[in-house]
Amino acid sequence: MSVAGDNHAGPGEAFVRTHAPVSLPPPVAMTGVLGWLRANLFSGVLSSILTILILVALALIVPPLVKFLLIDAVWSGADRDACLVTEARPEVGACWAFVRDRLAFFVYGSYPIDQRWRVDLFFVQLAIGTVWLLWLDAPRRDLAAAYLFVAVPVISFILLYGWPAIGLAHVDTALWGGVLVTIVVASVGIVASLPIGIVLALGRRSRMPAIKIVSVAFIEFVRGVPLITVLFMASVMLPLFVPATWSPDKLLRALVAVAIFSAAYMAEVVRAGLQAIPRGQYEAARALGLSYWPMMRLVVLPQALKATIPNIVNSYVALFKDTTLVFFVGIFDFLKTVEVARVDPKWATPVTSATGYAFAAMFYLVFCYCMSRYAKGVERRLGSGVRE
Amino acid sequence: MPGDAERVPLFRYAGLVRAYEAVRRFLRNPDALSALYQVVLCVLIAGVVYLALANAAENLSRAKIATGFGFWDVTAGFDINQTLISYSAQSSTYGRAFWVGLLNTLLVSALGIVFATIIGFLVGIGRLSRNLLVARLAGFYVETIRNVPLLLQLLFWYNAVLKVLPELRDSHVLFGGIVLSNRGFYLPKPMFGPQIVWVVAALVFGIVVSAVVAGVAKRRRERTGQRLPVIAIAFSLVVGLPLLVFVAAGSPVTFDNPIMGRFNISGGMEILPEFMALLFGLAIYTAAFIAEAVRAGILAVAKGQTEAAYALGLRATPTLRLVIVPQAMRVIIPPLTNQYLNLIKNSSLAVAIGYPDFVQIFTGTVLNQTGQAVEIVVLTMAVYLAISLVTSLAMNWYNARIALTER
Repeated sequence: MSVAGDNHAGPGEAFVRTHAPVSLPPPVAMTGVLGWLRANLFSGVLSSILTILILVALALIVPPLVKFLLIDAVWSGADRDACLVTEARPEVGACWAFVRDRLAFFVYGSYPIDQRWRVDLFFVQLAIGTVWLLWLDAPRRDLAAAYLFVAVPVISFILLYGWPAIGLAHVDTALWGGVLVTIVVASVGIVASLPIGIVLALGRRSRMPAIKIVSVAFIEFVRGVPLITVLFMASVMLPLFVPATWSPDKLLRALVAVAIFSAAYMAEVVRAGLQAIPRGQYEAARALGLSYWPMMRLVVLPQALKATIPNIVNSYVALFKDTTLVFFVGIFDFLKTVEVARVDPKWATPVTSATGYAFAAMFYLVFCYCMSRYAKGVERRLGSGVRE
Repeated sequence: MPGDAERVPLFRYAGLVRAYEAVRRFLRNPDALSALYQVVLCVLIAGVVYLALANAAENLSRAKIATGFGFWDVTAGFDINQTLISYSAQSSTYGRAFWVGLLNTLLVSALGIVFATIIGFLVGIGRLSRNLLVARLAGFYVETIRNVPLLLQLLFWYNAVLKVLPELRDSHVLFGGIVLSNRGFYLPKPMFGPQIVWVVAALVFGIVVSAVVAGVAKRRRERTGQRLPVIAIAFSLVVGLPLLVFVAAGSPVTFDNPIMGRFNISGGMEILPEFMALLFGLAIYTAAFIAEAVRAGILAVAKGQTEAAYALGLRATPTLRLVIVPQAMRVIIPPLTNQYLNLIKNSSLAVAIGYPDFVQIFTGTVLNQTGQAVEIVVLTMAVYLAISLVTSLAMNWYNARIALTER
């Protein structure tokens, strides 16, 4: 080549390149916006057709949705008249005024108004415990666990149910409602399901036939039936099975059902974790002279539970969504309060239902999405630990 | 023992010491201990069950509630608005209502499973698409739907979408005489002539012959490596042949269109809005979970498998069909089974929107009318356990068929 004059390639000589060749710019269609579009949106015929179809669909769906939820929405008002179609306002979007008006009902249900600070306090102490335990770098997380699993239930019970001796008036559970009940049911499920689930999982892997059979039967039975039937069982059968004088509280019956149900699912999650522990760990613990419970407590369970944190959190997400089913046994959880407020004549408009459901959906979405993001984060952290 | 300081005659305690030693030996003996634990557990359970039954007997007799399954043959006296088998409030029994409800549950579950599987596989594959828009949209779908309770979604579909459709008199009439209204959907009802027997026979014949051809082709491929165009043959046999017979028999089907009356609609096939809402809700919700299972299954196939297939000269489509999918299915089937079971169990949420499913009819109305909580709740649970068991067995059979045969 005449351009690369310094490259020697005479007869009988090896070709030796002394200068780097001039690199050409990449084709226009491979870089920049065009290249990105080609690689990510129009990489083939099918891909291009899909892209166009989706863009058309989004153009048809998103603007009306934004218009309904934000632009045409009614933000304030005292009753249904604010959200009705009038001459001046031919199009009415979401009726957020309804949500604002009934917000206290959605959060507290019928909890006495002058006692609602107790509910707020309950939320605060629960939030502190939860954040402390979930924040993986927080100091003394063992204390956090003790606080959350032992102190919080006791304090919450006294706070919410009341203890006249120390000046907290008794508040009947029939008055509880809204987010309060949703959180109470979910927390009881969460706190109860882990220990019961661990015991059941250990029982299922036990070498003692009676214990194994009982655990397997319990787990498979509960997992084989819908939660709604467990709730029905607790609400209509449980009162029959205890002496007539006990007549257990309606909320308590639902709590028992939720705890039983979530424990069976938790047992399977824990079992998966136990199965992931290599045999050598058990044998090493035995060789060190540990008997069954110390072996489980000090060697096996810490590893198994740590490995299953993401699955445990995911089953908590499922539990949180399942709390809506207490609806069927006449308990005013958050969804039920929305359902009741929705049909209240004071706010009955064509858009009230959609608004109420949109609000409820956002509530559950935020909670569950945060929980599953947390599970993903822990998973990534644990995963990186394995590779090191 | 340096016992001389205390001068206590040891023999006085000898019995106690022996007993203590025996207990210690017992507690050190794992077999004996495990027997003890098991006996204690069994006694505890037996005790609780006995107490519960004793209380139940007492409570029931005090409340004057009948026991046993005598109610089964009693006339039900309530109406059901969707019945797959003949049923009437005046003459049918509670037992008949049981079967009506069970069939309704099975109907919505079966259709829900079909739709959820289709949507779930599409979304799951879409989430791995190289097309950014498809992948993001699929991801958005999964994250949103999975994180909102099914009950809320059902209520939304029913109360905020289907119930705000126009009244019957100013309902939408779509192409082909489909009527959309808040009272339900009305479709033309196909009425089959007697010649339809031949079409069904052709369909059955096509399926049987296709199965035989598939078997022959498989053996031939394993022996000689040559392949037959099985899919084309099966398609022409299963779809083409019945179609041909259908035309040859003079198209023995007419449609009974829904006709709008003054207050009501006559003719056609009515689909309850409750049914549509439940089907939408179940299919869309479960599809999000199936999509995740599918995505995980495909990701679980090592990248080396794709590269090896390419190295062998396979193109993208055969690689997917012959290498990736068979291996991914092994990972997908167990969670898929769980999702099917969840869908069947979740169909009981029909109670919330008033679709006459098994729980709504039996555990709801029949329980309220008879008051026999124990029998009815136990029977309900038995039915769901049986359905779960059958589904698991079927899926396990399929799973065993496609499982990796290891040496």
